[in-house]
Amino acid sequence: MTTFTPSTAEEVLETVQWAVSEEVPLEVVGHGSKRGIGRPLQTEHTLDLSALSDITLYEPAELVLSARAGTPIREIEELLFQHGQQLAFEPMDYGPLLGQEAGRGTIGGALAANLSGPRRLKSGAARDHVLGIHAVSGRGKAFKSGGRVVKNVTGYDLSKAMAGSWGTLAVVTDVTFKVLPATETETTLAIAGLDDVQATAIMAEAMGSSAEVSGASHLPEMVVRRFLNGAFGGGPRTVLRVEGFAPSVAYRSEKLHKLFAGLGPVEFLEADISRTLWREIRDCKPFADGTNAPVWRVSMAPTDAHQMIAALRMEAGVNAFYDWQGGLIWLRMEADPEAETLRGMITRFGGGHATLVRAPAPLRASLPVFQPQPPALAALSARLKEQFDPKGILNPGRMAAA
Amino acid sequence: MSGPSLPKPDAETLRRRHEIVADMRIIVPGEGVVDTANEMRAFESDGLTAYRQLPLVVVLPETTAQVSRILKYCHDRNIRVVPRGSGTSLSGGALPLEDAVLLVMSRFNRILDIDFPNRAVVAQPGVTNLGITNAVEHEGFYYAPDPSSQIACSIGGNVAENSGGVHCLKYGLTANNVLGIEMVLINGEVVRLGGKHLDSEGYDLLGIMTGSEGLLGVVTEVTVRILKKPEMARALLIGFPSSEEAGQCVADIIGAGIIPGGMEMMDRPAIHAAEDFVHAGYPLECEALLIVELDGPGAEVDHLIAEVEAIAARNNSTTCRISQSEEERLTFWAGRKAAFPAVGRISPDYYCMDGTIPRKELPKVLSGMRELSEKYGLRVANVFHAGDGNLHPLILYDANEPGELERAEAFGADILRLCVKVGGVLTGEHGVGVEKRDLMPEMFDKADLDQQIRVKCAFDPNHLLNPGKVFPQLHRCAELGRMHIHRGQMPFPDIPRF
Repeated sequence: MTTFTPSTAEEVLETVQWAVSEEVPLEVVGHGSKRGIGRPLQTEHTLDLSALSDITLYEPAELVLSARAGTPIREIEELLFQHGQQLAFEPMDYGPLLGQEAGRGTIGGALAANLSGPRRLKSGAARDHVLGIHAVSGRGKAFKSGGRVVKNVTGYDLSKAMAGSWGTLAVVTDVTFKVLPATETETTLAIAGLDDVQATAIMAEAMGSSAEVSGASHLPEMVVRRFLNGAFGGGPRTVLRVEGFAPSVAYRSEKLHKLFAGLGPVEFLEADISRTLWREIRDCKPFADGTNAPVWRVSMAPTDAHQMIAALRMEAGVNAFYDWQGGLIWLRMEADPEAETLRGMITRFGGGHATLVRAPAPLRASLPVFQPQPPALAALSARLKEQFDPKGILNPGRMAAA
Repeated sequence: MSGPSLPKPDAETLRRRHEIVADMRIIVPGEGVVDTANEMRAFESDGLTAYRQLPLVVVLPETTAQVSRILKYCHDRNIRVVPRGSGTSLSGGALPLEDAVLLVMSRFNRILDIDFPNRAVVAQPGVTNLGITNAVEHEGFYYAPDPSSQIACSIGGNVAENSGGVHCLKYGLTANNVLGIEMVLINGEVVRLGGKHLDSEGYDLLGIMTGSEGLLGVVTEVTVRILKKPEMARALLIGFPSSEEAGQCVADIIGAGIIPGGMEMMDRPAIHAAEDFVHAGYPLECEALLIVELDGPGAEVDHLIAEVEAIAARNNSTTCRISQSEEERLTFWAGRKAAFPAVGRISPDYYCMDGTIPRKELPKVLSGMRELSEKYGLRVANVFHAGDGNLHPLILYDANEPGELERAEAFGADILRLCVKVGGVLTGEHGVGVEKRDLMPEMFDKADLDQQIRVKCAFDPNHLLNPGKVFPQLHRCAELGRMHIHRGQMPFPDIPRF
């Protein structure tokens, strides 16, 4: 049992080449903050990238930042904040949900997990902001892809290939991300008393308006008290976030208010409270309950999602809330994960995918944590893995049984 | 132009041409197979018209099942296939091969589903980019990426090239606006990636497919995100005494936290050519002209117009006009949008390049271009997506003058080398195709290219789809080199372990 802690890309290369030679698999980790996601690994050796940490380039006027893969995301966000900028994909922090402390995680991990947040529906995920990478493949070869400019179609986009690959294709050593101006201010409209069906319609209307809503979430009765220390009181809330320059936020939030005036009282949350609320939504606060009860992250077309949930409630005890205009469902199961039932429902109601982001290890070993793919697509994914990592050195079995 | 070297035609395929044409007619009955030289002439080149080649046969399927059967047929018989959308590529990505079936997707021209609540449109790949906006604008929606060929280019081609446009700094490229595709692999298998939901359950194959230039699969359906049109758009037309000051203005705008809907720069030769052509009222005494467009709610646009005006003044702008009407805004754009034909009026031929650079390197790259212009004895006019650093130098030449065209190509290659040298890339939005294929080693070393070719091998191990494009040399997958195994010591023994 050896943990390698390289502090240069060359040492990463050397480690992977050694592992290839010896045909010994490696678990690749940054801070290990998302280690509980995926099928449990049984590797003897660990490749720990946390010492590969440095912000190597930051040019605010060029909207670009490069860092070693093990750089803490918190460090990057603090530097950006000092310059009035941000990672617009709003990377979530899985720590609290997975029973770990908050504020950990590396930039490489953010890419490997393709992190995003409530702003996903307007600004995209990590995949939409990564500009370039340096990496070491499971063949023990160092390669690069992309660059440091936004507009680039030179060759295949292997940077995107890393997004959501959970370290199973290559060990990323350096990343370059597009950064964007931080929003000057924000406000949130909270509409009380809507059921899932009404809320879905309202969120679709808001997103289809020119108010440029950057967060649309529905918090049903069962979870609403878990937000903002219970400040909402009882009853479901449908929350819509408007961000930008102050005059624009005032104008657009008023416009939304008029649009939904007939629905009863609409509460406006001030910027600070709004920020707290969306961080709590982002990090799945209601289910960050210190338990290991199964939690699913489900992505569907927004108007399909609540129908699936309604049908699922007939079959299983579930607790759910919605982000991304309804298209992202955070789902806590009261007992078993019900993987087959859930995935059957998703297919029945228009398709999408479900990831079991939290469950005890034995369950994650016996159930497909990531949504199984149809045979032709699964075969293509396997061929891609084979081209990057033919010997199964990198995180073997984490996404699919090796 | 001196044609690029293309893969050697397969003699067996050429010999069996009649049989292949007959089999294609069985798979695609009716008018969908074109095999006479005269009729195939219409397909002999794409937007890079200097390169021409008649294909083996042109096939225009209408259904995914037909595409699947065609590809499986070609796969089983080792016949090459070149996919083509509308044929507007500026890099020769759809250049036919003598021994390849040209698979033309233009009959896939229907919009299948318009879903306003989910802000998605499902379209067949032959639908034009503008066709998507046209289908949804009655409800005030549009499709954001807007390549300048949007009236003609197809959405399938946009996926193949990861097309941009003047609005992509704020609204993203094709890759950021496509939610899903259906595609056919070379072995005939049909797979679906994504849909109306977000993100992938596995590897981001959609991200790999977008911008893969027809080398990995044939797209048969595309789901895109549509957006509500901004309430208002206004533009500023700002003249500067130097490109340095214009460049600093761009940096300061972004430094102020403003991401304009569009931000374009033109240099003096481009300004003059455009003004002579469309009389947009461009100031002729300045060295650099910026068009900055702000879009959004009226309150925001008015607020930001004032900020940008002040930033421009601090950077010594010599003129600054603010559009007072939609008509005036469009006039500001008219010159920029007509820049290519305008340059076409002052020179018998021009050659459009497409490098991207870090914005701050603009003065260095412009002065480098001036030196190269003298060295090659050819003029150059520049239009520039200033927000994202994407340059479009237009090299002026006369193909009828012996040697000029080769000089233009060499000049262009030197410009792209310069772009790479300052930290940029060979192509921002036009694709590698055949045009920039041989320059790939300027940007990538062998290990980089090998890993890309390995991705190709996962999709198309026999290199039947669009060979001769993107990669200078396409090694057989089996010959890519075995893994080097050195059994031995643990690595870097001197570093900490736990």
